[in-house]
Amino acid sequence: MNKKRSFMNSIAAAPHIFWAVLFIILPLLIVLYYAFTDSDGHFSFSNIASLPSYASIFWLSLELSIIATAICLLLGYPLAYIIAKSKPKTQKILSMLLMLPMWTNLLIRTYSIMAILDNGGIINTLLGTSMQIVGTKGAVIFGMVYDFLPYMVLPIYTCISKIDKNMWEAASDLGCNTFSTLTKVIIPLSRSGIISGVTMVLVPSISTFYISQKLGGGTFELIGDTIERQFVTGALNVGAAISLVMMILILISLTVMNKFGDSDEGGIIV
Amino acid sequence: MAKLIELKGITKSYDGEVILNSINLYIRDGEFITLLGPSGCGKTTTLRIIGGFETADEGELYFDGTEISDVPPHKRQVNTVFQKYALFPHLNVYENIAFPLRMKKISEEDIKKRVTEMLKMVALVGFENKSVSTLSGGQQQRVAIARALVSHPKVLLLDEPLGALDLKLRKDMQNELKTIQKAIGITFIYVTHDQEEALSMSDTIVVMADGEIQQIGTPTDIYNEPKNAFVADFIGESNIVDGIMLEDKKVRMSGHTFDCLDGGYDKNEPVDVVVRPEDVDVVKPENGMLTGIVSSVTFKGVHYEIIVDIKGFKWMIQSTDYVAPDEKIGLFIEPDAIHVMKKSKYSGKFGDYSSFSDELDTLSDADTAEEF
Amino acid sequence: MKKYASRIYLCLIFAILYIPLVTVILFSFNATESTAEFSGFSLYWYSELFKSEEAWIALRNTLILAVSASLIATVIGTAAAEGIYKMRSKICKTAITSVTNIPMMNPDIVTGMSMMLFFAAVMSIFKIADYNKIGFVAMLISHTTFCLPYVILSVLPRINELGNSLSDAALDLGCTPLQAFFKVKLPNIMPGVVSGMVMAFTMSLDDFVISYFVGPTNFQTLPLLIYSMTKKTVKPDMYALSTIIIISVFVLLIISNMKSTKRLSANQKKKGAKTK
Repeated sequence: MNKKRSFMNSIAAAPHIFWAVLFIILPLLIVLYYAFTDSDGHFSFSNIASLPSYASIFWLSLELSIIATAICLLLGYPLAYIIAKSKPKTQKILSMLLMLPMWTNLLIRTYSIMAILDNGGIINTLLGTSMQIVGTKGAVIFGMVYDFLPYMVLPIYTCISKIDKNMWEAASDLGCNTFSTLTKVIIPLSRSGIISGVTMVLVPSISTFYISQKLGGGTFELIGDTIERQFVTGALNVGAAISLVMMILILISLTVMNKFGDSDEGGIIV
Repeated sequence: MAKLIELKGITKSYDGEVILNSINLYIRDGEFITLLGPSGCGKTTTLRIIGGFETADEGELYFDGTEISDVPPHKRQVNTVFQKYALFPHLNVYENIAFPLRMKKISEEDIKKRVTEMLKMVALVGFENKSVSTLSGGQQQRVAIARALVSHPKVLLLDEPLGALDLKLRKDMQNELKTIQKAIGITFIYVTHDQEEALSMSDTIVVMADGEIQQIGTPTDIYNEPKNAFVADFIGESNIVDGIMLEDKKVRMSGHTFDCLDGGYDKNEPVDVVVRPEDVDVVKPENGMLTGIVSSVTFKGVHYEIIVDIKGFKWMIQSTDYVAPDEKIGLFIEPDAIHVMKKSKYSGKFGDYSSFSDELDTLSDADTAEEF
Repeated sequence: MKKYASRIYLCLIFAILYIPLVTVILFSFNATESTAEFSGFSLYWYSELFKSEEAWIALRNTLILAVSASLIATVIGTAAAEGIYKMRSKICKTAITSVTNIPMMNPDIVTGMSMMLFFAAVMSIFKIADYNKIGFVAMLISHTTFCLPYVILSVLPRINELGNSLSDAALDLGCTPLQAFFKVKLPNIMPGVVSGMVMAFTMSLDDFVISYFVGPTNFQTLPLLIYSMTKKTVKPDMYALSTIIIISVFVLLIISNMKSTKRLSANQKKKGAKTK
């Protein structure tokens, strides 16, 4: 009787389980299949074997996205802290100001930076120069920071504002000044926010192809561009192999980071 | 004992609502003082002003003779045990207690010595490496006390520290806190809405209501000689009856003239008269100073709680003898059981048991517990 | 001093965040084709945009897709949240939620790739030659899939918070389990369901990467249109489209914010009344 009832209760999840198996797990298995076959469908290690030739691209993507994430953290933490410490009304307005660019389409945001940095863009027109900004690593990193900064700030802000008021008071009661309250209590307590912020910036920036296409000016390729190029040129097997490796690396690093976070919340905001 | 802390004319309001209205209070070195009152009376705000978490709009705050209103919390020799403990979840028990010492950059050796000392005092030896979130409420409480005391403050502030514990644990912690206070000999300023707790622990009680101090005194003073109807009602059960002071040591109430011990009032001055329920003797109607009809009887274990209707005013009487409902009984009151008070703005608001029920009482208790 | 420093910092960051967007808005009103020199105010690019059939179709497609994907995701996801809540075995619970979260954790490009390969496989198995035939269904399935975790993550905490007592009471008072869910539980978790649906809707509206991989040639959404516009030399008509999108996001944000502010102040009033 009990068993039957429990089964009946969880049957509500059945459509979802069916959906998840068919449209999440199965497609990933197909990626796996493509990664280990050649274009005729025969089992092959050639795709995997070709991966080392993409190592330099991979390292470049890693380098740029880690720099961008670090800049986002350095700029974003103080911002989140300032917002969390301001009056409730100001908090609302400021977090809304953060959400607006976040909800504006990524393409528009990226393109709006182009409008400023481009050869014929605002900066060069205003200065009367023809500086080559687009096409540098700096421009790509700037694009990543610009596009993903709100993703860093919002989870940290949410986390800081959830910290019990008593914690601040206890810290100051026990001898902390403003700075040591921040370093000894608030930063450690907002670790889960930092981790989800880092994830939310690192994952899209390491896999981006749009930012590098536009702001990289076609002068260099990131791993996202490589996958996209395989897709456009129809070299799906190699694309699948690269996707597979990227997915595995990202899932591993997420698991490791979540271990450090030892918190079940985070990951998602809004 | 010297004055350690002094509040002079402390006034505070939020959004135009006055929370504290010109509080004057001094606290002596080494005493256990309790700020007692219902929720919203301003007791917690007073504590937070002493702790440095709030600044008064007006008035002065002295610590050891120096004005400290502008001194931030971390520079005051005052530490707080927060209501919900505010233990740092990212640190274990040892590190939580060591926290204030690390802020003072004390040597690792001394830290170890002092933390161990504290752990012994609160009986938590062996818990050093536990995460604070795995501790029970009582244990968290002890860690919070140890953390607040480890840097040897001159004053410990406690904001309803036992509010979250169950009754049995509460009683144990009350004794323990009192023992700790005696052992280290520093001032404890304790905030509670629980009058029993206040009576059993304090050297001095400060009864507060509506942002004002109603009475300051020892527990016995407060209980036996409440200054007004509010204090009489808030501390223990009391019948508060309108009376007229005919002359010194003669008061008339409920149609009978009683002998009492109070004096110094004007002739025929209207007063409030307090009679504690346990001080009334039930006698035969013909021997009673007052007579009334029993309207309800409740067995309370040690005694019966009897509500008696005397000329429309309901009295509460606690007696070990059973009387039947609707029975006519007489009441006998000794002169020293009668306490006369001046009329105040609280007159007529308390001390009538006509709408009394236990349920209402617990309801209002829950209300106060909800607020912090 | 400290206060000023933090104010200056705030202004600086927000200036960096907003200058590009403001530039786009400004140049959408430019009279000439230049995206660098402002030569006079005009609505020319807007009228061009409104004349473009392509843009209207893309808008229609985007809305159809976002509404249907978010609706399906909300129905499946809400039921799933209830089912997951009722599940006894912890292992099952974690397994299901972690699989659900894969599209959220995975880079979009990988999800897009996997979906694309999946539909390619479907085509070869069912011998469908023209991708456009299943294009819309493929888009719908892909969008629903990446929307699902947002619905579940928004509904599940509500269900956990609500607990069993209400639906137990409903069962006790004579409801069938189904009635208990629809009459008692659902109304109480509605805020979570709605916010999940809104999240799903915006996610679908905003998605470019997955649509880029899965999208057929006969079903273009707004982000795909913007992408194709930026591939050519950009004229301010793309700025005009962007401006309209930015303004709509802004208006929606303000509306949702005002609603939550109202709720907040109502709550505060209630609390104030209680303490008095």
